[in-house]
Amino acid sequence: MPVLWIVIIILAMAAIGYVMGRQRALASAGGDPRNLHSLPSYYGSSVAIFTMVFSFLVLIVWLIVQPIVIENQVAANIPPEMVREGSTLGLMMSDVRRVADGLDQAVSQGAMDPEAASNIRAEFTDVRDRLGAIGVALGSDVGPAVLRAAQRYRSLNATGHMFMAVVVLGLAAAGFILAYLRSHKDFRARNVVETTIRYLLIGAASIAILTTIGIVLSLVFNTWEFFRLYSWTEFFFGTTWSPSFSGRGGSSELGFVPLLWGTLYISFIALAVSVPIGLFAAIYLSEYAGPHMRAIAKPLIEVLAGIPTIVYGLFALLTVGPMLLSVFGEGGLGWMQAGTAVMTAGLVMGIMLIPFVSSLSDDIINAVPQAMRDGSLGLGATHSETVRQVILPAALPGIVGAILLAASRAIGETMIVVLGAGAAAKLSLNPFEAMTTVTAKIVSQLTGDSDFASPEALVAFALGMTLFVITLGLNILALYIVRKYREQYD
Amino acid sequence: MKTMLTEADNTVATVPAAGPRDTKIKARKVQVYYGDTHAIKDVDVDLEDKAVTAFIGPSGCGKSTFLRCLNRMNDTIDVARVEGEITIDDEDIYDKKVDPVQLRAKVGMVFQKPNPFPKSIYDNVAYGPRIHGLAKSKADLDVIVEKSLRRGAIWDEVKDRLTAPGTGLSGGQQQRLCIARAVATEPEVLLMDEPCSALDPIATAKVEELIDELRESYTIVIVTHSMQQAARVSQRTAMFHLGELVEFGDTKEIFTNPTEKRTQDYITGRFG
Ligand SMILES: Nc1ncnc2c1ncn2[C@@H]1O[C@H](COP(=O)(O)OP(=O)(O)OP(=O)(O)O)[C@@H](O)[C@H]1O
Ligand SMILES: [Mg+2]
Repeated sequence: MPVLWIVIIILAMAAIGYVMGRQRALASAGGDPRNLHSLPSYYGSSVAIFTMVFSFLVLIVWLIVQPIVIENQVAANIPPEMVREGSTLGLMMSDVRRVADGLDQAVSQGAMDPEAASNIRAEFTDVRDRLGAIGVALGSDVGPAVLRAAQRYRSLNATGHMFMAVVVLGLAAAGFILAYLRSHKDFRARNVVETTIRYLLIGAASIAILTTIGIVLSLVFNTWEFFRLYSWTEFFFGTTWSPSFSGRGGSSELGFVPLLWGTLYISFIALAVSVPIGLFAAIYLSEYAGPHMRAIAKPLIEVLAGIPTIVYGLFALLTVGPMLLSVFGEGGLGWMQAGTAVMTAGLVMGIMLIPFVSSLSDDIINAVPQAMRDGSLGLGATHSETVRQVILPAALPGIVGAILLAASRAIGETMIVVLGAGAAAKLSLNPFEAMTTVTAKIVSQLTGDSDFASPEALVAFALGMTLFVITLGLNILALYIVRKYREQYD
Repeated sequence: MKTMLTEADNTVATVPAAGPRDTKIKARKVQVYYGDTHAIKDVDVDLEDKAVTAFIGPSGCGKSTFLRCLNRMNDTIDVARVEGEITIDDEDIYDKKVDPVQLRAKVGMVFQKPNPFPKSIYDNVAYGPRIHGLAKSKADLDVIVEKSLRRGAIWDEVKDRLTAPGTGLSGGQQQRLCIARAVATEPEVLLMDEPCSALDPIATAKVEELIDELRESYTIVIVTHSMQQAARVSQRTAMFHLGELVEFGDTKEIFTNPTEKRTQDYITGRFG
C-alpha cells in the first residue's frame, strides 16, 4: 500500500474520530455540554490526536529506518568476490537500487508481470535491454549478482511496506478505539489536548535546536580532522594564504591572518558607512519626521534589507567598482588597479547594513519614554540638545547592540565580497587593493574538484568554525547589551 | 472632613492677606483640544507675580493640561491644539516671534510623574545650568548643584553619591531630584504638577517650605489634590471642573466662603 494511502486513511480516521468522540462525550452528558469536563471539541480532538500522533510517529521512523536496514541486509548478502574489479560495494549497491527501481517501473507500466520481475534470471534474459525498452537506462550490463540482489531488495521492501501498513494502521485504530472509549463526560479531555499540544511545540523547538547542534558538531568534527593534517599554529598565525591543489598537504600554506585582515578591513569600512548614516536616519525618523513621512520612509529604508546580497554584489561589480576606478584608478589618482577592491565591497556592504542599524536604533530610540523628552524640553533644552544629551545616552546601549549585530552580518557576508573585493589574500593597508575574506575563501576552497579529505578542503571547516565563534561572540555580546538596556524601562 | 476644614481655617489665617499685586501671567479665553476632545474651555485667569496659585479639581478636569499651556509643553503633543491668548509679562507666548525654548527656560516645570534622566544625580541637576551657560566654572556649577539639591530637600540623602544614577533613587527621591533640577535653572515662573504626590510628610513639609521661600522672588503654580496643602501654601486658588474654571480667588475666600456650590462640595469632599 503506498504511503500516501496510509496517510489519507489515518487522516480520514482522525476526522471520523473527531466527530464520533465529540458525540459520545455529549451523549454521556445527556446532550448538555455544561455537564462535560471540557468543551465538546476537546473530546473530538483527543480522539483525533490519539489516532494520528502515534501512527504518524511510527510511520516517519519506519520510513527512515527501513531503507537503512534493507540496504545493510542486501549488502551483507553480496559475497565480496562478486564485487567487480575497479568497483566498490557502494557503487554496486547504487546499481542494485537502480535495477530495483527499473523493475518496479516495468511492473507498474505492465511491461513485466510481478511474478516475472521477481523470477527473471540474468543468465537467460537481457535485463538491460528489457528495462531500456521501457525507458530505464542502465549504465552497464546487469550481472546475475546485481539482479539477484535487486530482486531481494524488492521483496524485502515489499514485505517491509506491508508490515509498515499493518503496524501503522493498527496503531491508528488502537489509538482511535482507546480514545473513543475514554470520551466520557468525566474524562479530562482538555488537559490531554493541552499536553499533546505542548509536546508538539517542544518537538518543533527541539528539531531546530538539534539541527543547530548537528551543524556545530559537524563543524567541530571536520575542524578537528583538519588540525590533525595541518598545524594549528601555522593556521592561526601564518601570514600567507596559498593553497595548492596539486600536492597533498605540505605544499599549501594556509595562513588565516590575511583572510581575517581582509574580513575586518572590509567590515570596518562597511560599518564606517552604515553606522553614521543608519544612526542619523534613525534619529530623523524617530525624532523629527512627522507620522506621514515616517510611514513612508521607514518601509522604504527597510526595503534595502530585503534585497538579495547577490544583487548588491552585482551592484558592486558593475556600478560602484567602475565608478571608484574612474576616480581613483589609472585615469585619476592612480591608487586603484581594478574595480574589485576593499573599498568597493566595503561601500556596498555599508549600504546593505544601513537598514540593520537604522531600524533597530529607531525602535530603541522610540522606546525612550516621552517623559524623558518632556523633562529635557521643559528645562528649556532645544530639540537637538535633547537628542544629544538625553535620548542618545539613554539609547546608547541598545544602539551599540544594533551596531554589533550589523558587524556580525558584515563579517559573515559572502556574495558582495566574492563579486566586489577580488580573490587575492593580501595583507595590505591600501583600501583600493583587492583583498578577500574568510567567507569568500570558504566558497573557493569547496567549489571545484576537491578531495574532501585533503587539508585544502578541510580548511574550509576550520575557517567556518572560526567565523562562527567570532560572530557568535558578537551576537551574544550584542544580545546581552540590548537585553540589559531593555530592563531599564520595563 | 470637619477636622480638615478647621485645620485649613487655621492655616489660611496665618497666610498674609492677599493684597493687589502685579499680574505675571494673563490667560484669556483659552481653549485646548486633544483631537476632538475639548479639554479646556474658555479659561480666563490672572496669575500674580510673587505669589503661589493652587490649581485644584477632580482628576481629569484639565489641571495638568492648563499648566502645560503656560510653558507651551502642549506643543510636544501632536494632537493638542491651544487657542486663546496667554501672556507672560504682557508678551503673548503663543506669538510666532516667541521661541518656546527660551520660554521654557523662563517657565520651569516639575512634572506629575518623576522623570529623572538616566544620568548621574549631579548631571541631572547640572543639566539646565549647563545648557543655559549659567555656571562660569566647575566650582560655580558645584555651588549651583548643591544649592538646588538643598532646596529640593534631598541634599542630605544624596550628597555622598552624586555620581550614582538618578534613576536609581526611590520615587519620592526622584520627585525631589526633579524639583531640584527645575529650580537649578532659576526660572521666573515655576509650574509644579502634584510635586508632593509621592512624598512623605517630612519631605512634603520641606517642599512646602521651599515653595514659601521661592515665593519671595518667583511666580509659582502648584497643582495639588491635597486641600490642606493648597490652603497652606497658596495665596490664590483656581478650582477646575470638566475643563472649566469654576472659581478663582483668594485661597482664604475659596476655603472659607466659596461662592460656587461645586467648589464647596469638592473642598468638603462631597464630590470628585
Ligand atoms: N495626551 C493626551 N491626549 C489626549 N487626551 C488627553 C491627553 N492628556 C490629557 N488628555 C485628556 O484631557 C483631559 C484633562 O487631562 P489632564 O491630564 O489635564 O487632567 P488633570 O486635571 O491633570 O487630572 P489628574 O488630577 O488626574 O492629573 C482628560 O480628559 C484627559 O483624558
Ligand atoms: Mg494631572
